[in-house]
Amino acid sequence: MTTAQATEQPVDSQGMNYLVSLPRRICTVYLPLGVFLFVLLFPFYWMAMTAFKPDAELLSREGNPFWISNPTLAHVKKLLFETQYPEWLWNTILISVVSTFVSIVFSVLAAYAIERLRYRGSRYVGASIFLAYLVPPSILFIPLATMVYKLDLFDTRLALILTYPTFLIPFCTWLLMGYFKSIPFELEECALIDGASRFQILVKIVLPLAVPGLISAGIFAFTLSWNEFIYALTFVSSSEVKTVPVGVVTELVEGDIYHWGSLMAGALFGSIPVAVLYSFFVEYYVSGLTGAVKE
Amino acid sequence: MKAPSRSTALSRALENRNFLGLLFMLPAAALLLIFLTYPLGLGTWLGFTDAKVGRVGEWVGLENFAFLWGDAVTRLALFNTLFYTVIASIIKFALGLWLALLLNKHLPFKAFFRAIVLLPFIVPTALSALAFWWIYDAQFSVISWALTRMGLIHRYIDFLGDPWNARFSTIAANIWRGVPFVAITLLAGLQTISPSYYEAASLDGASPWQQFRHVTLPLLTPIIAVVMTFSVLFTFTDFQLIYVLTRGGPVNATHLMATLSFQRAISGGNLGEGAAIATAMVPFLLAAILISYFGLHRRAWQQGSGDK
Repeated sequence: MTTAQATEQPVDSQGMNYLVSLPRRICTVYLPLGVFLFVLLFPFYWMAMTAFKPDAELLSREGNPFWISNPTLAHVKKLLFETQYPEWLWNTILISVVSTFVSIVFSVLAAYAIERLRYRGSRYVGASIFLAYLVPPSILFIPLATMVYKLDLFDTRLALILTYPTFLIPFCTWLLMGYFKSIPFELEECALIDGASRFQILVKIVLPLAVPGLISAGIFAFTLSWNEFIYALTFVSSSEVKTVPVGVVTELVEGDIYHWGSLMAGALFGSIPVAVLYSFFVEYYVSGLTGAVKE
Repeated sequence: MKAPSRSTALSRALENRNFLGLLFMLPAAALLLIFLTYPLGLGTWLGFTDAKVGRVGEWVGLENFAFLWGDAVTRLALFNTLFYTVIASIIKFALGLWLALLLNKHLPFKAFFRAIVLLPFIVPTALSALAFWWIYDAQFSVISWALTRMGLIHRYIDFLGDPWNARFSTIAANIWRGVPFVAITLLAGLQTISPSYYEAASLDGASPWQQFRHVTLPLLTPIIAVVMTFSVLFTFTDFQLIYVLTRGGPVNATHLMATLSFQRAISGGNLGEGAAIATAMVPFLLAAILISYFGLHRRAWQQGSGDK
């Protein structure tokens, strides 16, 4: 692994690729890749189609379902003006931003302490951070629900802001530890000799060098909190406090008649913000994803 | 060591890396101890009590576990969880590795493809699950529509109404969501393999399959182990997909441990019972982690000792 990591750059690993003829390449590469892309993207296409299709076309087996003859904004209008969707959107943004910010600040301090201060026992703390990262929310939500209830936080945004860091901090700390590790010790030593305090070193030397890591951690933490479901489902019950995923699933699905149009519009608009954010920071996101898995 | 110039005890303490380390760790550690470690213990304890919503439980020993062991629904949920995890993980691994190998080829717009592929993984699962719910609709499913038009089937498929159909439909949705994660992380692993290995292998007359089997796979094993551990953990504890698609139905055929514990604890109010189901998941998770951990160590030891 060590030698392999040193040469990490996009290289074409099939050295003799030019020997493969084009028709063969189409069958073995482009065709399967096309099928993969089609299947992976189809649900999004379908969401978008459904969101702008009038009910008459939705509930008919005639005609071509893959296209819209008379696009409509009725579902979007219903979603925005007849449901509490805008409030859910606001809640999701607020909760995600605050819990991401808190987690990043806490994680920076913790990762710096573990990786750079190397206090007694820091290795064990580092390992337990990784273990904490492996604890799934599905086994924590019941005891957390009882705690949230006892702390009188049930049905508040604060309940989610306080609990989301339980999966954000371990992830961000682990990721940032990797970035901090790569910053040369000599820089810190110079600053120490010049009389800088540890906090000054962290803010003025380490953090500017770890900006890519901070962006990775921030993007990742934001999407993780945006996508969170089980805590938001359990700790909140009033519609005006819900987040988008929970609001759409619990409030728009009522009764026997499903309003597929507005349901899909809700799913679409709940997905677009993370997709847009992701598209701006793909490289950071991917390096966060792969960085967290490596080591 | 002396500290002659600094006078106060505080500034001396701030020089001490142990003290400073503690100070820096404090916010994160406090939050994790209160909202992660404590609930982890509390959850285990609740599993041994008869706690209900609004009532503090009394210690009942193994009663919950004994009841659950005899409970047909719990057994079914355990079976479903194992089935779901094993089938979905195997297919995710196979498809993910294939996709990673495809993306590792010299392609135009490679970065663009890689970005697009990860989309299913980054959007909220609950919301993409809704799209699958609509795709699986018994009356208006687009899959059924397409298959009928092609003349392959004559009646619309009841994707989520029949136990086995529902199991495979939920597994398919889970695979859809998980393949990008496996593919992109394995792709990162593939990109660290030096092309000179392949050149050497093909000069020695190795076929593409032999190159894959004897160069790619051994070098990729460590990252495969880690990626698949994560994948198995996520799949085993899955909740959202089932909750949105079937709520465990039809007739509990798709209940997983996580959804059943939610149903018993939150919807049913039996906190103790729900917590016992959640606690019962822990040994499986530990087993998965330990298998991969020791698998990795054996690997590292082999690589360290031999020239392989």
